[in-house]
Amino acid sequence: MSPTDAPYPQVLFRNRKPDRIATLEEYRQSGGYEALQTALNNLTPQTVRQQILEAMLQGRGGAAFPTGRKLMTVADDAPRPRYLVCNADEMEPGTFKDRVLIHADPHLLIEGMTLTAFAEGACHGVIFIRPEYESAARILERETGVARRAGLLGADILGSGFDFDIVVHRSGGRYICGEGSAQLNALMGRRPNPKQPPPYPTEKGLWGQPTVLQNVETLACVAPIIRNGPEWFKALALTETGAGTKIFCVSGKVRKPGCFELPMGVPLREIIETHAGGMLPGSEFKACLPGGASTRFLPREFYDLPMDFESLRQAGHRLGTGAIMVFDHKTCLVAATLNLMTFFTRESCGWCTPCREGLPYIRDLLERIEDGRGEPEFIAMLQAMAAHLWKAYCAFAPGAASPLESLLTYFEDEVQAHIRLGRCPFRGR
Amino acid sequence: MLPTSLTEALKAEVAAAAHPRELVVDVMLALQAQVGYLSDEAVAAAAELLRMTPLEIEELATFYTFIYREPVGRYVIHVCDSVICWMNGADSLAAHLSRRLGIAMGETTPDGLFTLLPVCCIGYCDRSPAILVNQRVYGPLTPESLDALLERLKSRGQETAAAEAVP
Repeated sequence: MSPTDAPYPQVLFRNRKPDRIATLEEYRQSGGYEALQTALNNLTPQTVRQQILEAMLQGRGGAAFPTGRKLMTVADDAPRPRYLVCNADEMEPGTFKDRVLIHADPHLLIEGMTLTAFAEGACHGVIFIRPEYESAARILERETGVARRAGLLGADILGSGFDFDIVVHRSGGRYICGEGSAQLNALMGRRPNPKQPPPYPTEKGLWGQPTVLQNVETLACVAPIIRNGPEWFKALALTETGAGTKIFCVSGKVRKPGCFELPMGVPLREIIETHAGGMLPGSEFKACLPGGASTRFLPREFYDLPMDFESLRQAGHRLGTGAIMVFDHKTCLVAATLNLMTFFTRESCGWCTPCREGLPYIRDLLERIEDGRGEPEFIAMLQAMAAHLWKAYCAFAPGAASPLESLLTYFEDEVQAHIRLGRCPFRGR
Repeated sequence: MLPTSLTEALKAEVAAAAHPRELVVDVMLALQAQVGYLSDEAVAAAAELLRMTPLEIEELATFYTFIYREPVGRYVIHVCDSVICWMNGADSLAAHLSRRLGIAMGETTPDGLFTLLPVCCIGYCDRSPAILVNQRVYGPLTPESLDALLERLKSRGQETAAAEAVP
């Protein structure tokens, strides 16, 4: 969808074009780098942090942690140098919003990072990016150069005395690198195992220095917040519980898969039926994963649920990354969950036992059920093993348990049918 | 033998880095680019450059999806097999590729042109079913468009091989 036919304000996609990135000139014409100029001339880092906090900006990478609060955990007298890491690893299945965002308007990210670094007192910025996004990595390398030559990055930004620069760091490619503490290990050339706090990265992160880690989309929200104010940002949402816009990336059994910037709190029904063009001909909505492979299946009864972090939380669900994967009535959810568990089994970093051992066990049980070799007691075994995943070292294993647990909550009939019939009821249909 | 120009360039990069170890993936990728995969010689060279042990390099090399410790073809084809591509027929696409190339997942064609590997979600679910060829994305694919792509790659690969054979 081009921004002009969108019924809602386009903040992150305001410069989105069908075939190329917005140039620095185009970004500036749309008001880009005004917020940075204002902040460096007239605002203190404390004010910038306060505005981000008041805007109720929450992490768009899946965890929904309040960005302002994270920035405030870096003490004013914390040691220097401090680091800002932009997580562009985006390896959550179904998620491709950060790729589209970087390809649309890279300077929105660069300005957002510079403002966030100013608020944090960081002078080093790193963009950690997955190898599948090589074209995005090259765009960022080129455009940070463009910004540097324009005096918007590097030493003495806009004559303010503030120094900040950004390097692009390529990953070797592994799901666990998207986890914050594992990503810091990867950046330091260590095996990317997760690490449990304390100390928190904001105290001792990269190279033992205070480090703030934020997702691409979260950082892209910062410049619009500083330019237009927290109240404006909050009012972009359709719900009281939400704030700002959200990039929903929709895939699966819809007519128009893609990325749509919509207000927080937009109903699921509207996203699927209006923006993603509705279900494919001959397909009926059965369920979706609302925010990547680490969220719970949302069945039809949630079709009118407002899509913001808090509304989903209250319904016992998670918005995650906002990557909506749509399944239709002809798709076997046991087989879909088996595919997800195969993903998690392969990508488990192997650091801790519940994840390394629990996932293959779950995968094996699901494979037997799907192949018609399931036994009635498998359901209780799956439930017990899913509970063990919550004891893992990082949040990725509980994430892996989410689709499985919700399969058993909402679609136990479907699992039972496999066991009772001794075959997948969807095969050969 | 690794070209001296490359090792000298990497040495300079490492010397200029505040924390040399942060370059380990870059160094492995640069060495890998020489012959397509990270040879034992390249592991030893990376270890020496970064003042790490070969075992530390090995630990990282075998952990990452895009570092290859075995020879690969000129074109490394990664077939996404995660949930959206699965739903859109990734299995039959992979079977089609295997048949056309005469190799299974994880194998390389005898002419050294193609290697076939499965990969987790590549972040192109809007273009599903999708594959990567040397990190470049293609999708949505049908068996027909896949055949056309293979033909293009084959003729380009043979041309480059011929050009390289000229002294």
